[in-house]
Amino acid sequence: MTAVREIEFRDAIREAMSEEMRRDPRVMLLGEEVAQYNGAYKVSRGMLDEFGARRVIDTPISESGFAGMAIGAAMLGLRPIVEFMSWSFSLVAADPILNNAPKMLYMSGGQFGCPIVFRGNDGAGGQLGSTHSWCVEGLYSNVPGLKMAIPSNPHDAKGLMKTAIRDNDPVFFLESERLLSNKGEVPEAEYLIPFGQARVARAGTDCTIVAFGRPVLLALEAAQSLASEGVSCEVLDMRTIRPLDAGAIVRSVRRTGACVVVDQSWSFGSPGSEVASLVHRECFDDLDNHVHRVHSADVPTPYAQDLEQEYLPNPRRICEAVRSCLYRA
Amino acid sequence: MTSTHNAPATTTGSELPAVATELARSWLRRMLLIREFENRCAQAYQDRKIGGFCHVYNGQEAVAVGCTAAVGAADPIVTAYRDHGHALARGMDPRHCMAEMFGRVGGCAKGKGGSMHMFDRANNLFGGHGIVGAQIPLGVGLAFGTKYEDEVINGGKSSRVTLAFLGDGALNQGSFHEAMNLAGLFDLPVIVICENNGYSMGTAISRGTTMGHDISAKALAYGIESAVIDGMDVIGVYGAMKQIADSVRASCRPAFVDMRTYRFKGHSMSDPRKYRTREEEERFEKEDPIGRLKSSLEAHGVNDDDFKAMQREVRAQVRDAVAWAERSPVTPSAELYRDVFIERWGPYTGSSQPEMLGGSETVADFTAIDPEGDLL
Ligand SMILES: Cc1ncc(C[n+]2csc(CCOP(=O)(O)OP(=O)(O)O)c2C)c(N)n1
Ligand SMILES: [Mg+2]
Repeated sequence: MTAVREIEFRDAIREAMSEEMRRDPRVMLLGEEVAQYNGAYKVSRGMLDEFGARRVIDTPISESGFAGMAIGAAMLGLRPIVEFMSWSFSLVAADPILNNAPKMLYMSGGQFGCPIVFRGNDGAGGQLGSTHSWCVEGLYSNVPGLKMAIPSNPHDAKGLMKTAIRDNDPVFFLESERLLSNKGEVPEAEYLIPFGQARVARAGTDCTIVAFGRPVLLALEAAQSLASEGVSCEVLDMRTIRPLDAGAIVRSVRRTGACVVVDQSWSFGSPGSEVASLVHRECFDDLDNHVHRVHSADVPTPYAQDLEQEYLPNPRRICEAVRSCLYRA
Repeated sequence: MTSTHNAPATTTGSELPAVATELARSWLRRMLLIREFENRCAQAYQDRKIGGFCHVYNGQEAVAVGCTAAVGAADPIVTAYRDHGHALARGMDPRHCMAEMFGRVGGCAKGKGGSMHMFDRANNLFGGHGIVGAQIPLGVGLAFGTKYEDEVINGGKSSRVTLAFLGDGALNQGSFHEAMNLAGLFDLPVIVICENNGYSMGTAISRGTTMGHDISAKALAYGIESAVIDGMDVIGVYGAMKQIADSVRASCRPAFVDMRTYRFKGHSMSDPRKYRTREEEERFEKEDPIGRLKSSLEAHGVNDDDFKAMQREVRAQVRDAVAWAERSPVTPSAELYRDVFIERWGPYTGSSQPEMLGGSETVADFTAIDPEGDLL
């Protein structure tokens, strides 16, 4: 029997990084405030003490510079983990993270891969205003050559992070500041979670809700309240959206005949629209209604608390979408 | 239409120590090879055998040849899009370089990179990069990587030096300044070499760059030592770069070089060069780095016949490269979904090395993560 204990999301990520750094000296962590300050969100707490300043490196506020530097190091054979304090700040590093990392293998005709992990907080919800509230999954998942993991709980965060670090291709790892203090069961024994394997977060028969990251928790809340109305929802936690476990979605929707996708990025050209297109293509004859989509409102993220909550996907909007999809509205 | 770009002071090359004659002969040959290669590229471009953007290196040959001669084969180099010269100076077979531009599977990047994106793992050339300035942080990262490997992983002393080339236009990109700051801050063994040819496309340096007359001032701001080198004199480039490389290797501190040079042709294939005078061009043509080395070598027994023989040799070599590139098959459509990811999944078919490196699969046993074909 392996002991099971509860730890915070941030600790799960740190355990994954530390275990991989013990295992492989080519793995190192860099970013703003990751070392002496112990991480702006305390994800890297204690890592400087264990690994020293050569492997846990404070950078200046220079995202474009240090992202590019880490990519050069990855081309040479290191396996850097780059922390963006927030994915919102990765926008100033768009050229290295989108033009260099995901294309290097292709443009060099297979000569230079880029084994690198970019990670940090993604998504709104903390009243940080529009500049600091980016959900980059819509923007960045459009780019071929990168993988994207978006865990919803500590267990998955650890297993996916270990896979991300061992992966030979660039991985964009999206955490949520809203989730970092959430606790969950994380085994002591080592485990990895392969990319491209969705998890059934809740089994059900009437409607499939496809979600990833924090919206999985919102979908579970919605599913709970819909159960009291006699509606049985199946909630799929995709865990990675590139690769996307299309098979899991299709199998589930063929059983339920209904699909709602919850995606906190904007709707236009998003993972949510990609899922809808997939389901319409693969499950056309199984559907009783078109796929319903719950996204953030198509506006810049507002600051005011109530407005921000209304802007984001929330359980009420998810319930409405499921009812509408099942003609129960 | 005057340029503040300074002409080099002399028209002959530096004095050559007798022992180095053989070495200098090899540089002459390499510079001739690059010149001939670039002339044939321009021709192939006119003939529409090369597509997209193509930037030739005529006039700047002494920079790539002298700089690469001053470092070892294990020292990484990275450059911008005007990169054929660096690839050939580093030792890439002109066949693979030409085939890349012809979009053939025998190209150094299987025809997926093109003129601006030359890569050669065996010769530690980490690209050819098309976005102005993007390669400078990468170069700093290569230096970070070599130092980390040597010191943190192998417990020894940092032993390699990275050369990161840029054009003068890239001085105005944030990436240059961020990279310089990081190199200085982290004590990285990198030489940032500005190939200062006085123009970024049609913009004379004085029109786009503060302190354009003395760009070393920019390095000073980052606590980085710098040198001004006459980039039309390969012997001088080699001598100065050797010293700088030795010092950077020993001190593990970055350096910056203002390499004064001139591009003889237009920015790309479609540039009528209206922004500069014919007189200015002629003044620099007298500085032709090939002519200057040739005249330095005359005192060492390299006569006109030797020179002509060398020219015949490189002409034959480049003719062979063109013929080889033409024979190499057009990159097949099976390559479209290859080299996107190292792993094989969904529509992606894994990765393999180009013909130039033997063509083997990158990962012998793929961890196929998608046996059912479920992934998108
Ligand atoms: C970010 C970016 N902006 C603009 C361009 C278009 N462009 C390509 S080369 C060039 C001029 C660069 O001049 P310089 O750095 O001096 O290099 P040189 O051509 O003289 O070798 C420009 C504007 C680009 N490739 N990347
Ligand atoms: Mg220039």
